[in-house]
Amino acid sequence: MRPGRVAGAALLALLALGPFLPMGGMRQYILHVLIQILIWSFIGGAWSVMGRFGLVSLGHGAFLGLGAYTVTLLWNFYSLTPWIGGVAAAALTVVVALVVAYPCSRFQVVGHYFALVTLAVGEVVRLLIIAERNWTGGSLGLSLKPATGDSLLAMQFADKRVFYYASLVLWLAGLWIWYRVDRSMARAAMEAIGEDETAAASVGIHVTRFKMGITMLSAGLTAVGGVAYAQYISYVNPDTLAGIGVSLRIVFAVVLGGMYSLLGPTVGTALTIALGEYLRVVFGLRFIGMAETIYGLLLILFIIFLPSGIYGSLRDVVARFVRPARLASGVR
Amino acid sequence: MLELRRVTAGYGHFTALWDITLRVEAGEAVAVVGPNGSGKTTLMRVISGLVAARTGELVFESDSLAGRRAHEIVSHGIAHVPEGRRIFPLLTVADNLKMGAFQPSARKGFAESLVRVYDLFPVLRERQKQRAGSLSGGEQQMLAIGRALMSRPKLILLDEPSMGLAPVMVLRLFDLIRRVREEGYTILVVEQNVRQVLKLVDRAYLLEVGRIRMEGRAAELSEQDFVRKAYVGL
Amino acid sequence: MIDPIFLLEAAVNGVLLGGVLALLALGLNLIFGVVDIVWIAYVDLVMVCMYLVYFLVMVYGWPLWLAGALSVALGALLGLGVHLLIITPILGKAPVNQLLATGGLLFFLQSFATFLWTTDHKTVRLALPILEVGGMFLSFTRLIAFAISLVAMLGLWVFLRRTYIGTAIRAVSQDREAMALMGADPQRVYFVTSAVGGAMAGLAGALLIIQYSVHPFFGAAFGPLTFMICVLGGLGNMVGAFVASFVMSEIISIGGVVISTEMGYVIAFVVFIVMMFARPGGILARRG
Repeated sequence: MRPGRVAGAALLALLALGPFLPMGGMRQYILHVLIQILIWSFIGGAWSVMGRFGLVSLGHGAFLGLGAYTVTLLWNFYSLTPWIGGVAAAALTVVVALVVAYPCSRFQVVGHYFALVTLAVGEVVRLLIIAERNWTGGSLGLSLKPATGDSLLAMQFADKRVFYYASLVLWLAGLWIWYRVDRSMARAAMEAIGEDETAAASVGIHVTRFKMGITMLSAGLTAVGGVAYAQYISYVNPDTLAGIGVSLRIVFAVVLGGMYSLLGPTVGTALTIALGEYLRVVFGLRFIGMAETIYGLLLILFIIFLPSGIYGSLRDVVARFVRPARLASGVR
Repeated sequence: MLELRRVTAGYGHFTALWDITLRVEAGEAVAVVGPNGSGKTTLMRVISGLVAARTGELVFESDSLAGRRAHEIVSHGIAHVPEGRRIFPLLTVADNLKMGAFQPSARKGFAESLVRVYDLFPVLRERQKQRAGSLSGGEQQMLAIGRALMSRPKLILLDEPSMGLAPVMVLRLFDLIRRVREEGYTILVVEQNVRQVLKLVDRAYLLEVGRIRMEGRAAELSEQDFVRKAYVGL
Repeated sequence: MIDPIFLLEAAVNGVLLGGVLALLALGLNLIFGVVDIVWIAYVDLVMVCMYLVYFLVMVYGWPLWLAGALSVALGALLGLGVHLLIITPILGKAPVNQLLATGGLLFFLQSFATFLWTTDHKTVRLALPILEVGGMFLSFTRLIAFAISLVAMLGLWVFLRRTYIGTAIRAVSQDREAMALMGADPQRVYFVTSAVGGAMAGLAGALLIIQYSVHPFFGAAFGPLTFMICVLGGLGNMVGAFVASFVMSEIISIGGVVISTEMGYVIAFVVFIVMMFARPGGILARRG
């Protein structure tokens, strides 16, 4: 077995046993941070499914918000179980993604334009949530109607360990999907598209269909992430789940980790969340805004000095030392 | 006037020019000919500073050009008319010419240079208020040359001036380049249209896969069977 | 049914808002056209300038015009700083990284402003009258802001048309390399562009603080709108951005009166999205 696999298996075992390791009084807090990391990593992975093919979306907040709000509203007003509500949320999001992505692809809206169109979509969803305040609570947000005690049907549990395992499964599923997309035939095709649209089209690849597929998959997964987050926090808010802020945060985490590698989004998300939590603990309530200030500063520095992401850059460095021969042969 | 000694250059891992040694004397017209992909355009870009030479020396009127960036080289008196003309399509003809005189030394003589360019290319005077993008291919090439003249250069680099022009226009353009030459400018020209360009210049170099294969007086070079077969098309 | 006079009033207010929006959009679009990078944090620079004017006027008692002039200077300085410290190292890198570097600046400025000045809304109140024109109520402050915006844009137009460096700025946005062959140092052109774009942010800040209150998240309110206007007008296309500013401001202003403020924005953004599809040739033609 290769060392990479051993490390992977060890990590997985550690994650599986996580909740039962001794953590003293910190158990609830650590579990809370880990759950957040897993869910946001899943969302980051969903973003990178399309981001790595040159479809840089700044509007994933739209998909996240659609997912979270659909499932919450269906439960609060119609008592529809999140199991069905979640599917409905994902389906609705996929449809919305299709409505946006089809014309984007059809009319060659790419690059900066694609980023800004998606940004507009994110803002539209955020503003609609605020405008429909009779339903959604506007910018005050909305709490999930509590079920009586633990309820599998309502996806509400008092014990964080349930959420922990659920998000672990979700995260693994996300990795698996990412891996499948990576390996599938679509990979070569989409990379060709990322390089040069006309060239890819001329070798007979149906650009539109691939873009659609990837975008729908990414949007659907993001909606599922939104559902998971809403169920866990049991509160939804337009500013934390839709709009430009959260959209940028998702992209940041992924780019920070490295969007071209399986674990890049996870590494980036774990680091940003850990950093955010650390700064929050350090500064507490004393210097409000200071934690975020440092966070922003570090983001700028990381992007300037580690352009291919932390994980990606590390891997490059390792590769340079370990396999110089292979790198050299790759040179034209 | 211009001398290149053992210049090597390229992009990334790719080397486009190997060991180029070349000279242009003041008042001369010199051509560099060769097939597509032989490195002609790279050669021009090295001289004008758009591509840095890796090794070798570039000397212009006893100043070393090594390490100079494109915008600095213009002030030495070298004007590059790039491949594909590269005029500013949304600017008027007059504004394009104004940009040719961007550097301070050229700005002083702006009015005078403008009259000279308009006399040389009267069509540009007629169209001075039009957007440059609305000109025909030949007119755009004239604008590109006129724009280069506005910087009051000593040496003009012409990269494929006849590219994409109708045959009639090609003949007219070479006439115009001949007139530019008669005005006293030194010219280094890269061309695919070997037959025409050899009529224009004093000397020529033959470039092939990044190396100089042959050089000589234009009249002699056109006699060479090799050149004739390969490039003149007889 | 809404009284037509309210609609008319909304339309006039839309024009007044459009003037300041156009100032923002032109500044951002100028930078985009030349440097080819969207400054996501552009309106956050405006926010910083708004705070400057607020403190100078309300705390230190400076006259507004002087504070405004200083705001323009600060804007230019910030523009230069952003270019030197953030943009220069990432020129030529992947577009997503370029977007994110200025996005990081957005987080930085927002939270640093929160840290320094808290999230309280701050206003500069001017004792200027409200005009009544044919049953409509118009703010004199807004009229002045509108007039100054127009003058500033006229100044920009003259700068871009009549001066060497201004023409060079337009030329660089069409062909960067050819402009280097004309003897223009691209770095210098970038500097001038960033400073001018920043100065416009500074002026916009001075004009906005007398109409709206400032808070650390001011950029989030106006930022997306500014990007949309730029894209709608055509990234780098100044005339287009000018026209698009008024289209968007009218939709927001009238939509706000007829339905609700948020829905005004929603409609404006939806119009933007649809226009991206309906008129891609017109909008994208230049960048082909």
